[in-house]
Amino acid sequence: MSAALPPRDRDWHPPALAPDYKSSRLRAPTQKLLRLPSTISEETGPVFGHDTLGPLDADLITNFAASGEMALGPRRCIRGTVRDQNGRPVAGVLVEVWQANAAGRYRHVNEGYLAPLDPNFGGCGRMITDAEGAYQFMTVQPAAYPWPNAPNAWRPAHIHFSLSGPAFGQRLITQMYFEGDPLIPLCPIVQAIPSGKAVEQLVARLDMPHSESMDYLTYRFDITLRGGVQTPFENKMEGM
Amino acid sequence: MADAESPSQTAGPYVHIGLTPNFTGITGVYPEDLGAVMCGDAALGERITLEGQIFDGAGDVLRDAVVEIWQADAAGNLPPSDPDFRGWGRCASDLKTGIFRFDTVRPGVATTADGDNHAPHIILWIVARGINIGLQTRCYFPDAAQANATDPVFSAVPPDRQPRLLARHQDGVWRFDIHLQGPEETPFFDL
Repeated sequence: MSAALPPRDRDWHPPALAPDYKSSRLRAPTQKLLRLPSTISEETGPVFGHDTLGPLDADLITNFAASGEMALGPRRCIRGTVRDQNGRPVAGVLVEVWQANAAGRYRHVNEGYLAPLDPNFGGCGRMITDAEGAYQFMTVQPAAYPWPNAPNAWRPAHIHFSLSGPAFGQRLITQMYFEGDPLIPLCPIVQAIPSGKAVEQLVARLDMPHSESMDYLTYRFDITLRGGVQTPFENKMEGM
Repeated sequence: MADAESPSQTAGPYVHIGLTPNFTGITGVYPEDLGAVMCGDAALGERITLEGQIFDGAGDVLRDAVVEIWQADAAGNLPPSDPDFRGWGRCASDLKTGIFRFDTVRPGVATTADGDNHAPHIILWIVARGINIGLQTRCYFPDAAQANATDPVFSAVPPDRQPRLLARHQDGVWRFDIHLQGPEETPFFDL
């Protein structure tokens, strides 16, 4: 069960230091990562059973709402498949999501944006991928919002994703963006990703066949986790 | 040709909403925050508390981080086989002090099929605003020097940086501080 993990392609991920994203300047390690073959500690991980979940966990429209109420905003279904680097579906992945409300406001003590809270929207949800690696949740469209990184800086509309796969070394946090958002090329967090092709992996596509007439629009967001392929470890101690 | 892993993005300043909603006052959605309790009453082995703070390049404490840990049980099993021990924990840094804390058991030596002995250690994974991809480091124990010396990861760290991977026993807890930059910068791994 504990298969070696292929080394991460660090040129595909954003570097620790992305100067245009100001918060990274004091928080990016300055020394190279110590690159070694994975061990049993990275090749194993906690198991999350479906009994972890409550019946409304994957419905952000109602999971914080008063009885009979719903969150405000355009109704959305987000769905996709989690696969490994060999294209095989990964079952049992804990997918946790969080987002701003339809006005661009987060429900958080450190949040100061003047846009209103929605009393019926908490902003968190979670699910576990099924045998086919699939997940799905209901939410409202989050709005773009301003942030203090630079004058007139705006985050594109996004949903945060946390993925806990079978191996702790697969642990991943990322963000999902929406197809066609003109703020994507202007965002220094997105643009910290070196390659435009890699950015495209984080852009969800409108999925009309799975949208529901007179109800919601669906976006498709597939995710690839580290693992599933044998990549020979280059026997050089990088960063040593 | 292997498919590319989805690229990482920062967890941002509001990571608690998704990972520890009860901690940030979003109650009634999940009964409890995942990873808050690692041990049942009957967990085997020595109970320990692991705590620390994370410092940025200006020496300021991070108060908006989330730390996850993963470790063997007291007998060295990975994943843990002790039914009263989860092996996995998740904790938000305190909003005022920045302290993260785990009540866990001291991990045992893990012996793998290839005969390697892995010294008692705890993996830590750190995310926060300003961290573009989760940082992974390891906490080892200074009173296991012999095991550390043959551990395949610890022994590969340059000797002058190895002390940064050792917890300090202090006031009854194991203290493990993390420095993102500076002369005491913690070694981070790509494992």
